[in-house]
Amino acid sequence: MAEPDKTAELRNPYLALLGGKLRSMASYRTSFAVELLTNAGGTVIDVATVFVLFQAAARIGEFTLAEALMMTGLTSAGFVLADMTVGNIDDLKRYVRTGTLDAVLVRPLGVLPQLVCMDLPVRKLLRLIVGIGVLVVAVGMNDIDWTPARVLLLVISPLTAAVFFGAIFVISASLAFWWVESGEVGSAFTYGGRDFASYPITVYGGWFRAVFAYTLGFAFVAYQPALAILDRPDPLGLPAWAGYMSPLVAPAAATVAWLVWRAGVRHYRSTGS
Amino acid sequence: MIEMQDLRKDFTVRVKAGRLRREKRTVSAVDGVSLAIEQGEMVGYIGPNGAGKSTTLKMLTGVLSPSSGDVRVCGLEPVRQRTRLALQIGVVFGQRSQLWWDLPLGESFRLLRHVYRVPRDDHERRLVRCRELLGLDEFLHTPVRQLSLGQRMRGELTAALLHGPRVLFLDEPTIGLDVVSKQAVRSFLAELGRGGDVTLVLTTHDLADIERLCRRLVVIDHGRVVHDGTIDELHARYGSRRRLVVDLDTPLPAGFTLPGATLTGTEADGHRVTFTLDGIAAGAAVAGLVGAAAVRDLSVVEPDIEDVVAKLYTAPR
Repeated sequence: MAEPDKTAELRNPYLALLGGKLRSMASYRTSFAVELLTNAGGTVIDVATVFVLFQAAARIGEFTLAEALMMTGLTSAGFVLADMTVGNIDDLKRYVRTGTLDAVLVRPLGVLPQLVCMDLPVRKLLRLIVGIGVLVVAVGMNDIDWTPARVLLLVISPLTAAVFFGAIFVISASLAFWWVESGEVGSAFTYGGRDFASYPITVYGGWFRAVFAYTLGFAFVAYQPALAILDRPDPLGLPAWAGYMSPLVAPAAATVAWLVWRAGVRHYRSTGS
Repeated sequence: MIEMQDLRKDFTVRVKAGRLRREKRTVSAVDGVSLAIEQGEMVGYIGPNGAGKSTTLKMLTGVLSPSSGDVRVCGLEPVRQRTRLALQIGVVFGQRSQLWWDLPLGESFRLLRHVYRVPRDDHERRLVRCRELLGLDEFLHTPVRQLSLGQRMRGELTAALLHGPRVLFLDEPTIGLDVVSKQAVRSFLAELGRGGDVTLVLTTHDLADIERLCRRLVVIDHGRVVHDGTIDELHARYGSRRRLVVDLDTPLPAGFTLPGATLTGTEADGHRVTFTLDGIAAGAAVAGLVGAAAVRDLSVVEPDIEDVVAKLYTAPR
């Protein structure tokens, strides 16, 4: 008879870490509620900005409010998904500075998943609802000619956007491996990237658009998929199938993020900052 | 169990050179350390601040990769095989807690069981032992953030041992603790060492830790091993001597000499004198004194390890 597996009753170690965090948070209920509300407030303001912009001009970058809101919606849904899952990697600079990373390195678990599980951003839950809500509203406001491909694209785009933003989060956080006092520089790419992708990229000028939209790939977060869903030709000239490129762009970004992260951990281990 | 072969760790630091210019300079924190530590040994690792103690420990635990040289712990390469090694070692870095700050201490132990995948009965057995030896029961249900430093350190020790490590690394385990907690930690480690299964490496500034716990003492300075041996060997090598402190009813007559000993101190108007013994037995020195002077009281003082080590640190490289 086979030896009974004594480790069968054990929980997944990462789930255990998340559980620990959840119980830790329960000891600060009030501050948790405050954070929850301020976080939701932040998201509402972000969305309001888009409306304010259209109050000033009926069309922006050749798009109507409803069309632009589609891009805002895809971006916000993707961003909150990434923020909820890997967003707290942002704290890496604090972990490096305080030496918590050393404690992480002596545990028998992966470094990146451990850091991701060290925080459970339930406080961002309302952001998730608002973020996805914007997308739902945007879908309702547009008159979309539904085809199976477009339905699929609508479902997949927030996910690829999430993978893309997740990659940006990891890369931005990795800065701390080389530069402990990186401060908010990383936010320029995470929150800055979200703001960039929230508007039709036609509103941006020459080199800035070239760098952010096509070189860094932010055009494929929301702009191109939104065009494909809305069946709109790209004023910037990319063909319709460009909207279906996100499932390729996102994994590429994730691969780059993984390489940067690995190089970062290696650098940390050789400098011990 | 632990092998280091010509282990080095260089750091590049930027030094100010002029108003804007920064010069790169390479500093060797660990400069060619070779050591072999056998299973069950208890090794004290001491040295002044910045001598390279913590850097060495970080290389042994897989936190830092060496600049050159070989290192093996439990037959594994620490950085490359980090997660496998983590299951075999326990680490207590004084400032870097393994505990959940906001949760009761006992909760941390429960979570660590899942992190290290320890079967329930093994976990229970080890926890019961730590609870008894370290007296954890009175604060097992207290959130870690409310524990005193001494209580927390006892918690950290337990956390590092629950997965049954073969090697325990301790970085300054008694720093900042009150006398009672220091004693508790030391007796616990002594008890742990008696079993002979756990290899123990600790860095400390408190030489009483070493005297109490470690037969073997490694002194490191400027990244190099300057002594590796027992405490007695250290005394022998650096010529530390026992001293005889004598209280007298009347001061010694002028020009008094004690063969085999040197007068090294006079206090209280000559009513207390100190002789340093150069090879002569304490008994012979006492006999020589009692015949010649009005001795009221005397004591033999063992050489002070602090003095020896202080001498070591300040010795030219």
